[in-house]
Amino acid sequence: MVLKTSDRKLRLKTEIDYIKKNMRDPILMVTILGVIAIVFLFILYPLIIILKESLYYKNTLSLYHYKEIFRLSSTKEILWNTVYLGLIVSVISTAIGFLFAYASAYLKIPNKKIFNAIAILPMVSPPFVIALSTILLFGRNGFITRGILGMREANVYGLNGLILVQTLTFFPVAYLLLVGLLKSIDPSVEEAARDLGASRGEVFRSITLPLMVPGLANAFLLVFIQSIADFGNPMVIGGNYTTLAVQIYLQGIGNYDIGGGTALAIILLMISTTIFMVQKYYVGKKSYVTVTGKASRARELIDSPEITRPVYIIVLGLSVFVGLMYILVPIGAFIKLWGADYSFSLNHFKYVINLGMKPIKDTTFLSLMATPISGILAMIIAFLIVRKKFLGKSFVEMTTMLALAIPGTVIGLGYVLSYNTKPLVLTGTATILIIAFVMRSMPIGIRAGIAALQQIDPSIEEAANVLGASSSKVFTSVTIPMIRPAFFSGLVYTFVRSMTLVSTVIFLVSARYNLLTAAIMNQIDVGKIGVASAYSTILILIVAVVVWTMQFILSKLGIDISDIEG
Amino acid sequence: MKSPKQVHLENLNKTFITSGRDKVVAVNDINLKIEPGEFATMLGPSGCGKTTTLRMIAGFEMPTSGNVYIGEENVANKTPDKRDTAMVFQNYALFPHMNVFDNIAYGLKILKRPKTEIKERVERILKMMKMEDFSERVPAQMSGGQQQRVSLARALVMEPGVLLFDEPLSNLDAKLRIHMRDEIRKIQQNVGITSIYVTHDQEEAMAMSDKVIIMNNGIIEQQGSPQEIYQRPINEFVANFIGRANILDGRIKGKNGDSVIVDIHGVEYSTTANKSFEAGQEVRVVIRPEGVIVGKNDFVVKVEKSVFMGQNHEYGVDFFGVGMEISENNPTGKTIYRIGDQMGIGFEARALHIL
Repeated sequence: MVLKTSDRKLRLKTEIDYIKKNMRDPILMVTILGVIAIVFLFILYPLIIILKESLYYKNTLSLYHYKEIFRLSSTKEILWNTVYLGLIVSVISTAIGFLFAYASAYLKIPNKKIFNAIAILPMVSPPFVIALSTILLFGRNGFITRGILGMREANVYGLNGLILVQTLTFFPVAYLLLVGLLKSIDPSVEEAARDLGASRGEVFRSITLPLMVPGLANAFLLVFIQSIADFGNPMVIGGNYTTLAVQIYLQGIGNYDIGGGTALAIILLMISTTIFMVQKYYVGKKSYVTVTGKASRARELIDSPEITRPVYIIVLGLSVFVGLMYILVPIGAFIKLWGADYSFSLNHFKYVINLGMKPIKDTTFLSLMATPISGILAMIIAFLIVRKKFLGKSFVEMTTMLALAIPGTVIGLGYVLSYNTKPLVLTGTATILIIAFVMRSMPIGIRAGIAALQQIDPSIEEAANVLGASSSKVFTSVTIPMIRPAFFSGLVYTFVRSMTLVSTVIFLVSARYNLLTAAIMNQIDVGKIGVASAYSTILILIVAVVVWTMQFILSKLGIDISDIEG
Repeated sequence: MKSPKQVHLENLNKTFITSGRDKVVAVNDINLKIEPGEFATMLGPSGCGKTTTLRMIAGFEMPTSGNVYIGEENVANKTPDKRDTAMVFQNYALFPHMNVFDNIAYGLKILKRPKTEIKERVERILKMMKMEDFSERVPAQMSGGQQQRVSLARALVMEPGVLLFDEPLSNLDAKLRIHMRDEIRKIQQNVGITSIYVTHDQEEAMAMSDKVIIMNNGIIEQQGSPQEIYQRPINEFVANFIGRANILDGRIKGKNGDSVIVDIHGVEYSTTANKSFEAGQEVRVVIRPEGVIVGKNDFVVKVEKSVFMGQNHEYGVDFFGVGMEISENNPTGKTIYRIGDQMGIGFEARALHIL
């Protein structure tokens, strides 16, 4: 669009007016500048550095690194591996997610709360848990493969293992999205079809399913983004099946080929951001559900056994399986030698304690540090985006949203490259780990904050303003109390996310600061499954204790954050 | 068009078991006959059972006991798709992923009618609704009134034995509501289809119906033509629910041919009654605000409220310690009484209705 000069002048004047207005409120001005600086330094700048590194060879601009990596036939294979895995996992996850969501929203079946909890568990649990139990069940010494089937050469490492592990890890993403959409379909639309002579099957085929098409596409794309960005699972269970996220790490850190690593990182970044944009601006806009708005009356749940029974059996089977995967890890931690000697033993825990409690303490400490920072920062940014007008607002909004689509390995590599040299040397410090924790959890917190703020009439804040409160006073005395649930669930999310983060921090751990997730990965790598299980058990315990404590304190304060996943 | 069908509800009951294991009797032993081609309205406060009754006719709720006849057939245990009904929903319930044409054609496609027939019937109905230009639109591109017209067309095109309406106009603004109700009534009369209409808007019920069915607490309080319901309410609930009513204490004095003589605070009025009363019986007498005559000197009352409304003047007075509403029609040129004034009133004898 071409702007007329007068329009341009008007726009410039408006922008200047914003600055003038904000100048009169120095605290606001400083906050805005600080936010812009943080977003630039720790989200955008590392990506620019990666792009720059990938495009320079011997100090000249060239496509050398891209040509080099594509000269290797393995790169094409890796690219294909990544996409192929993503496609399969997305299809299966969307299907399972839909089944769980349909059972929850449409069917009259018992134990819904348990199914819901099971479906959400993989989302709030440490990574590797499912990978670990998959190894325990189907690995070379697996309980099923070796113990029951007596297979000698079972190989779970590779595509099949990855599909299983990623599907169980990511189907909750699809489930949560789809259950919300299914619940918001107005039941009277389906009743109208019934009334016009359609049978239940015809209603499902001609009404429910078509209405869900945009939602299914959304779920598919979101799972796809998660799958291709996943680092931990392909690392421990991928075997020879290498994906882009893993190869970035291997190329950059393992082979010391920073140029090649950055080129791969840019390719992965481009795939995931493109898909994210398609999801956000094309598929996301095509939702029908918003058209019909809020459901007018509660849905009559389907209770005919020919529908509920088969669905119940499948959902129950999957839930039992997921539940089993979680029970296996703590069990595995107490077994002397999985696959050979199933006697009780505390050896693995003794080994962990002898090795040092440092990773455990460090991870917990750094996560606890990151939690309030991320929580408060997210609410401030959400507040600025929803309520304030300032120069650079769209930059902050776009960047923090795109951050959702940046794979962890890419940002990790970016941090290493950006903060290794002066003026800002952070590599190897606790600071960069905390920053990584904050930056990986903050975007979700911001989205939650924006959603919460948009529900609240701005005139409430204006009233406080008129009564004499400054911007910062309005924020602390009115805004924060009103969006408390979003704020506190942001805290819980940050803590869980920080404790379990693998991809970004794998580049940043050092002799001084090692993290639990990295330790688990190392143990799996050297085949010490029992020790890895012990570490994972400790990790689960810490997360559970802290989350429960937070929930307990908050419930005493009268705040319900049971829907932290939302 | 197929011939319209009779709807007959026989000892119909619906009890809901709520989560707390409490029972809620939504519909309590209803008996009702709606004649072929009749426009019947079920009217009542929320929670009176009118919507549940409608949903039992459509098949969305299964009766706890009792029968639902559509024509000769007892459909009480049939699913909605197997019943000869079509429904217009409060929130239109259009299929958001289909355009207007496909929305209207949906039921005919389910019946696997030939393509040419579907096209011809949908186009005919679009023309009748004056919506020919909208066939390519999707619901999101239409206003509430347009969506409701499509919803009506979608039901009409099925030529059902019975057409059901679940508060179809309550989401529209006041002006459009009046326009749409006239339109629905006109189409219903042209097509001659049996219609059952649920509403909580009494004006709508009066304006549209051949028969008004007043429901309360799961039972039918009264059914009859709009005039019968308004002029001869069967009890205080109906009198108060339809229009405004002053309910006075009276005593039967005796009979005079077909008329009954009733004493209201010492003044005798002769009026018709459809029940027989004994002399000396204490009764309640209904008088509508417009049945009170201002300027007659049967009683002298004190004015407590005086509001000019244009086509009428509203008074509130104290009538033997009870508030009474009076509506004087066409106030132009008449004496205006102010708050605190003494005012002489009387009752129009034939407007008195003894309960």
